[in-house]
Amino acid sequence: MKLNGKCPTGPIDTQWSRYKNEIKLVNPSNKRKFKLIMVGSGLAGASGAASLAELGYNVEVFCYQDSPRRAHSIAAQGGINAAKNYQNDGDSVYRLFYDTVKGGDFRSRESNVHRLAEVSVNIIDQCVAQGVPFAREYGGTLSNRSFGGAQVSRTFYARGQTGQQLLLGAYQALERQIGAGAVKMHPRTEMLDLIVVDGRARGIVTRDMVTGKIESHLGDAVMLATGGYGNIFYLSTNAKGCNVTAAWRAHRRGAFFANPCYTQIHPTCIPVAGDYQSKLTLMSESLRNDGRIWVPLRAGDTRAPGQIPEAERDYYLERKYPSYGNLAPRDISSRAAKQVCDEGRGVGPGGRGVYLDLAESIARLGEGTIRERYGNLIEMYERITGEDPYKVPMRIYPASHYTMGGLWVDYNLMSNLTGLFVLGEANFSDHGANRLGASALMQGLADGYFVIPYTMGNYLATEKPPKVDLSHPEVKKVEAEVAERTKKLLSMKGKRSPDSFHKEVGKVMWEKCGMARNEAGLKEALQAIPAIREEFGKNLSVLGGEAELNQTLEKAGRVADFLELGELMCRDALVRDESCGGHFREEHQTPDGEAVRNDEKFCHVAAWEWTGEGKEPVRHEEALEFEFVHLATRSYK
Amino acid sequence: MSGNDLHLTLKVWRQAGPNVPGKLVTYDAPGISPHMSFLEMLDVVNERLQEKGEEPIAFDHDCREGICGMCGLVINGVAHGPRRATTTCQLHMRYYKDGDTIVIEPWRAGPFPVIKDLVVDRAPFDRIIAAGGFISVSTGNAPDGNAIPVPKSSAELSMDAAACIGCAACVAACPNASAMLFVSAKVSHLGLLPQGQPERKARVLRMIAQMDAEGFGGCTNIGECEAACPKEIKLENIARLNRDYLAAAVTRRPETGSGGAG
Repeated sequence: MKLNGKCPTGPIDTQWSRYKNEIKLVNPSNKRKFKLIMVGSGLAGASGAASLAELGYNVEVFCYQDSPRRAHSIAAQGGINAAKNYQNDGDSVYRLFYDTVKGGDFRSRESNVHRLAEVSVNIIDQCVAQGVPFAREYGGTLSNRSFGGAQVSRTFYARGQTGQQLLLGAYQALERQIGAGAVKMHPRTEMLDLIVVDGRARGIVTRDMVTGKIESHLGDAVMLATGGYGNIFYLSTNAKGCNVTAAWRAHRRGAFFANPCYTQIHPTCIPVAGDYQSKLTLMSESLRNDGRIWVPLRAGDTRAPGQIPEAERDYYLERKYPSYGNLAPRDISSRAAKQVCDEGRGVGPGGRGVYLDLAESIARLGEGTIRERYGNLIEMYERITGEDPYKVPMRIYPASHYTMGGLWVDYNLMSNLTGLFVLGEANFSDHGANRLGASALMQGLADGYFVIPYTMGNYLATEKPPKVDLSHPEVKKVEAEVAERTKKLLSMKGKRSPDSFHKEVGKVMWEKCGMARNEAGLKEALQAIPAIREEFGKNLSVLGGEAELNQTLEKAGRVADFLELGELMCRDALVRDESCGGHFREEHQTPDGEAVRNDEKFCHVAAWEWTGEGKEPVRHEEALEFEFVHLATRSYK
Repeated sequence: MSGNDLHLTLKVWRQAGPNVPGKLVTYDAPGISPHMSFLEMLDVVNERLQEKGEEPIAFDHDCREGICGMCGLVINGVAHGPRRATTTCQLHMRYYKDGDTIVIEPWRAGPFPVIKDLVVDRAPFDRIIAAGGFISVSTGNAPDGNAIPVPKSSAELSMDAAACIGCAACVAACPNASAMLFVSAKVSHLGLLPQGQPERKARVLRMIAQMDAEGFGGCTNIGECEAACPKEIKLENIARLNRDYLAAAVTRRPETGSGGAG
């Protein structure tokens, strides 16, 4: 099947405005006749739901946490990009567009990325007006910092808690609509399936996580803003609850899953300390503004960092990428860290770590300035490791952080399934094969505040979805299937916990489909994962009942979906026989270890179609055309 | 297991559901690494319970990096445990000694009923925000970001208050189960910024009315909330809240409808 991204044509800088001029609108008094379903309450979900409710639509929002304010967007630390050019340093919408296309290693859609860069400036305005306490200069104007993959300072921030503050802004806008009765909120409610009637997404089946009640909710459109699948690796910077279930259930109902092998391994996380480890903690990339990354020059050097003289240190990012230095993009920095550790030059227990050293900046700027910029991050590091970064360099190592792949969507953010929209990290569209720092917050809020309010109106005005009610046989059928699956998970009476399976599949994925992949390893993973799935089907143990809060049951359902997704990721990584961005196939690299793309064969989006359990999925392609940024080898040297 | 591992005794509140009696149950917890976080220690205990065919202990948690506000346990009688400015998920076992007994309970406050074991319902906090904890600016209405200059000192003070994670430790720590620290943090966050001025009075009146309707107790300036707060939200926010409330109450005008000439 040829996938049509439905991108506007013509000059790139007028595509979005022309699109907005041409779409159909819904009359204000008709908006209240529509009901829309939003799953997820992070930046994309909360901002989208609030904006649509402000327009007059009835919105129902679902999240698995006890409050929409807890979605994992809250944990984003460093900042949000916007092409404001407040620094007078040469930034522009075009440059943000260009940096994002290049940063994504030419595997994203130009039209989507340009729109993202355009609305980035409106996002900052909106957030300021909501009362987001961004960092300020003494004159009262907004302050900026630099992030990886850019040579301008365009990142807006609120200390090391930018995600928290942006999410609270969106959450407050959402609560305002809840208070006004325009949004009905369903916390502690998990989406377990998608209802498709006559080829259109019409609703979801949920489980009330407190009472266990299985229920259907119908609407005129369904939106998923359910985040990424980085938790497939078990150890990641995601929250423990982050999962792929909503997206995967939609995939099983017909939505294509695009580029599942594009995962982002973040270079600066606190290294693994033991096998009890439940998650990994990110140390914001912004630390690389003032921190220098190094390892000992000599393999097996076990001296304390302070004992190693300058001449015997290798500041490898500064050496290899002089023009970007410590601010090289994430995929490149992560691979470089892996490389020096593979050479036996890693530091700390197990040798999987590199130093992030603030000493020079402390000497230059004083401890006070560094504390003001990164105080909370440094405290967090100290709490976890028991070491003081003002005295000893921090130890960091890459960890799974973000997923660029996701459900396939067109320019309208609609999947191939009519009526199913996908926002934020859950979709695939804007970051190509690698996301630049401070761009996830930008994309989540762009989709929610400034894209979906337009594209949703166009969909409803054009399609006028017919009425469906809860007695429809398809609704009953999906509900029964969900109840059946839940019963099955509870009835296996095996020996192993869902967590033990998650750890097992996570290890396979990290080793075979992590920072570096190769054909042999991927083929091994494709053998190993179905075997784990089979064992899961026989030996799972879920205690407790159905009609109560049951965290093991929740986990079991999510792990079951990860066990299917993992296989698809490896399959996608195997077929994509090139290196691009975060997808590094060891067979395709330059002599000095840089990624080598194959534009002739792989300048396309791979979108996978589910064909049934135990059946091979079908791979569809959407060709990518680069009309405005010319395909080039990505260099940060 | 290594020589540094701890052997602990846990006394954990187990309660099957809302409105049923609960009790403290004792668990033996050997082989706990001092590098584990408190919740990782509970993960290990749960994994062992599961192996024995006993139902794991239910507790709320999500980000495990101290920012989502989902976790919260009363540990030996102290909300979020003994470390200053630390959420339960960021508390590490290196602060305990071999042989310690640790009592673990849920938040205890009338407005937060127990759902199961250590999990409580904190929905009243969302309803307080919905009542007025926002700036009414619909998407698309905003002027340019730099058109509203904000003095750096105001932005910093506002950010100090905005750092609240809504975990409700302040309520759990307060002998009166007062929610004043939480409410004052939001009132200060928005009230300290120029953008928050138009609704400043209406906001404080509405939020306090909702707080009272939820059944939280009154503030008697004990300060337990500040001591327990993992984000170091200061008592001075409560003073600011009281000033704003007083000013709003004495100058209160009836709220007018929004209808205009057609």
